[in-house]
Amino acid sequence: MKIAVASGKGGTGKTTVSLALAEVLGTKGLLLDCDVEEPNCHLFFQMPADKTTPVTVKIPSFNQDLCIGCHQCSDFCAFNAIANIGKKLLIFPELCHSCGGCAYLCPTKAIQEIDHKIGVLEYRKKGSVELITGIMDVGNIIAVPIIHQVIAQADSHRTTILDSPPGTACPMVNTIRDADFVILVTEPTPFGLYDLQLAQDTLEAMNIPSGVIINRADDSCADVEAFCKSRNIDVLMKIPFSKKIATGYSNGDSLLTSAPELKPKFTQLLQKLGGL
Amino acid sequence: MKLAISCQGTKLTDAVDTRFGRAANFLLYDTETKEVSVIPNTQNLQAAQGAGIQSGMTVAKSGAEAIITGHCGPKAFRVLQEGNVKIYLTDNTGSVADAIQLWEDGKLQSITSADVDGHWL
Repeated sequence: MKIAVASGKGGTGKTTVSLALAEVLGTKGLLLDCDVEEPNCHLFFQMPADKTTPVTVKIPSFNQDLCIGCHQCSDFCAFNAIANIGKKLLIFPELCHSCGGCAYLCPTKAIQEIDHKIGVLEYRKKGSVELITGIMDVGNIIAVPIIHQVIAQADSHRTTILDSPPGTACPMVNTIRDADFVILVTEPTPFGLYDLQLAQDTLEAMNIPSGVIINRADDSCADVEAFCKSRNIDVLMKIPFSKKIATGYSNGDSLLTSAPELKPKFTQLLQKLGGL
Repeated sequence: MKLAISCQGTKLTDAVDTRFGRAANFLLYDTETKEVSVIPNTQNLQAAQGAGIQSGMTVAKSGAEAIITGHCGPKAFRVLQEGNVKIYLTDNTGSVADAIQLWEDGKLQSITSADVDGHWL
């Protein structure tokens, strides 16, 4: 099964929760860092990647000798990634969505598709926890094909934890769309609650079941709890607002390293969701 | 020669549009006959991305040898350069007629690189 960890607001504790779930699962799990614009699960592994593979997409390449200046390619391109001036052609790879329409329509095969690198996948294994991280190249702007490549590494034998990008836009939607369950991590602040609502709205529109973990929980959780009740979603866990956890985090320790007493809660949660 | 000017309206008395990619219209002015025609840019005004590229193609295809606008980003610059269209910038937000006068008086400089950074979406 696939369990995605999302939030709406950034910095609420998605990675903290994802890592804790992966640590409890051990060899029965696989952790995928889908926040390809700013991945951070690997910071807690404190080791270089065991293996790195490129992520590529198709972009057009142009042979001027064959061009008859029909302009079908640029007329077709919905993303304005091609400009024709007479028989000259300019390609803007950063705008291309790799649909292949230009190469398909070109009557003289002046346009061929070639591979264009936009990021990498990094593989790490520390103890029994296996992590695959998607990383977008600097200067690239299209995250979704990298996210799809990361998720393609999931296998059906293990419970996959998807650490989602924040927000509710394309990167988040493409991370959670195939998830069996989404854990929304929030914090008891007006910002956390507001973005939690946006995230829950998104999940309801996509018909994906969800529950909430309140991180940095103190005595001001009433608003979040009232919201969860109003939407009929469970508060799965509260992670206490604690100096011990914050200090551990800043030293690169995982949540379960600094607060091992929480491990039974994560085990129960995974059992409840059917992931363990 | 033909001179294109990005314009908020459709007449010489209308204001210059300082945006190139998302200009409302381009006026095409013939410096010999003084004739003016309008090239609407509505489609690019609504484009999700690549408006500068499309506007660059529109201007290059119009036969204009030069464009007067407010700013020009790197992608539009590449397209205009490929189309052999000289780019003149004005920070004058007055009428198109004023801008043409400045150009005819040699008070506008042509640029050799984009004057603003690109933006993605």
